Amino acid sequence: MQLIKSTAVPLPIENIDTDQIIPARFLKATTREGFGENLFRDWRFDVAGKPKRDFVLNDSTHKGEILVAGRNFGCGSSREHAAWALVDYGFRVVVSSFFADIFKSNALNNYLLPVQITDEELKHLFAILETDPKAEFTVDLSQQILQATTHRLQARFDISPYKKMCLMNGFDDVGYLISKKSMITKYDQSREFDYSNIRK
Amino acid sequence: MKKTLFDKIWDSHVVREEEGFPAILYIDAHFIHEVTSPQAFDGLRKRGIPVARVDRTWATADHNVPTKDQHLPIKELLSRKQVEMLEKNCREFGVELFGLGHPWQGIVHVIGPELGVTKPGMTIVCGDSHTSTHGAFGSIAFGIGTSEVEQVLASQSILQYKPKTMKIEVNGMLKKGVVAKDIILYIISKLSASGGTGYFVEYAGSAIRDLSMEGRMTICNMSIEMGARGGMIAPDEKTYEYMKGRTFMPKGKAWDEAVSYWKTLPSDDDAEYDRVEVFDAADIEPMITYGTNPGMGIKINERLPIHNEKLSESEKKQLKKSLEYMGLEEGQPILGQKVDYVFFGSCTNSRIEDFRLAAQILKGRKKADHIEAILVPGSTQVLEQAKKEGLDTIFADAGFELRGAGCSACLGMNEDKIPPGKYCVSTSNRNFEGRQGPGARTMLVSPLTAAATAITGVVTDPREFL
Repeated sequence: MQLIKSTAVPLPIENIDTDQIIPARFLKATTREGFGENLFRDWRFDVAGKPKRDFVLNDSTHKGEILVAGRNFGCGSSREHAAWALVDYGFRVVVSSFFADIFKSNALNNYLLPVQITDEELKHLFAILETDPKAEFTVDLSQQILQATTHRLQARFDISPYKKMCLMNGFDDVGYLISKKSMITKYDQSREFDYSNIRK
Repeated sequence: MKKTLFDKIWDSHVVREEEGFPAILYIDAHFIHEVTSPQAFDGLRKRGIPVARVDRTWATADHNVPTKDQHLPIKELLSRKQVEMLEKNCREFGVELFGLGHPWQGIVHVIGPELGVTKPGMTIVCGDSHTSTHGAFGSIAFGIGTSEVEQVLASQSILQYKPKTMKIEVNGMLKKGVVAKDIILYIISKLSASGGTGYFVEYAGSAIRDLSMEGRMTICNMSIEMGARGGMIAPDEKTYEYMKGRTFMPKGKAWDEAVSYWKTLPSDDDAEYDRVEVFDAADIEPMITYGTNPGMGIKINERLPIHNEKLSESEKKQLKKSLEYMGLEEGQPILGQKVDYVFFGSCTNSRIEDFRLAAQILKGRKKADHIEAILVPGSTQVLEQAKKEGLDTIFADAGFELRGAGCSACLGMNEDKIPPGKYCVSTSNRNFEGRQGPGARTMLVSPLTAAATAITGVVTDPREFL
């Protein structure tokens, strides 16, 4: 993942929690695939399972691999299924002005890039999408810049150098930790008095 | 240097910390359950590696289990498969499981402290955001995603950036009828559903000290509802008294040694926090939420907010959307609002003290006819204790249904759901849209307020019954 060029889908709602992204009743699968079907389930479909026409994902006006959402995206439960659902649906980037902590880690662990911009930049981005739904954006991970192709919007975003390296090279945390195994074992053995693990 | 409780535990668990990299943090206890572990076990299988420390891994089935007829096979196919997958994974990887039918089964965050797995000074994680509950014992405890569950299974460590620290002090005496749940709902209503993001919270002050261990668990439990990764409270004599003699506690000389270590953990005087918030216990009243995130709470005798110039554009939008979902009007009083369901349970309020609080009001009274009331204990041991104390009879006489242990209607993953459009007064932790079932309308309250409301059938100030 280095450069993503795509149109974007606006969801100008604040505090979108992981229960909205994927409701608990759809967490019964034991694999990572297939959750996209139920992404934003109760906003996307009515009780009978019919698509709600006014919801942005059911409306052909906006399409793309970039989701643009209101402040505090991904709050609530730690379910990684939320990140899996977004990825499975086809999103590769989520833009917001604030992300909940656990969601952010989960997204990064699934090569879904959380792009945090300022409230003003986000407002500007929503305004662009309202007047020009087909506006194209590039997200450049190496430069850490989100840019509109034909509009005046350029926003810098932060990402930890470690996670940037993982995303750009396809590395994962488990592999990294396994490579540090002897260090971890040494730490464990060096603890003088370990009251924390009394197992009968 | 002066250190906080958080710093002391963090520093003693860092395996390696390097500029530009997250710290490798050693994990003392890892709780797993059926919903967020299967994909992590799959990862181990693909890599061909074992669970690094089965002795530090604790498994139970809670999120997806039925609360009725727990001795029978699970009816719902997908739920059954998921629970069976946990059994299979635990067998294959050699992890001990306190599954359905086991006397220690229950919600992860209830059984950890109950069994004495949870102790001060530990690092504790679980693939569940309410892992912060364990912080009540003075441990660093936080929720993680499934990729992180795999990290911990594979290496007994996790990669983490050190969060900022925030001290929240609540000082003074609580008013009559105000309990731990009201304190935390009050704090979240002041700081908002995102106000704690990026922070690890330490709760302090005389009102927190005065709480029982179970009350402290309720407080730490909901830290995530303001976005904080975790919450913690320094251990004290109350903590040691609660822990002593529990199954997985050190005994004899080891206990004495542990206590003297734990006594070194509380934050040093004048230790610095990145942020400090101070509240007065006397300002807190019984609380209730009216909206669709836990920050949307008011005192029970207040009116709902109105759209006025004091609100920002986005607050107005959120308020409108929430009230439409909840079927409530701006500016209306919440007292007297008709309710259909009352749910007692969840890792926030399903321990024995919560049930005693409810019984205090329900004793000799009956629920309103139209109310459906269910009580779901946090663990099988809580259920047994409730029976021993005769609470089951009080609940049955009041028209309540006492179920088997599990997460139940807190997240509506099993068949315990609130129907669309119905109002549920709930002792749980989240009032998100559809949380308790599609279209369900949740109002979060304390066990006292839930009991009072069950009797009258409308939102009721519990002080009327005290």
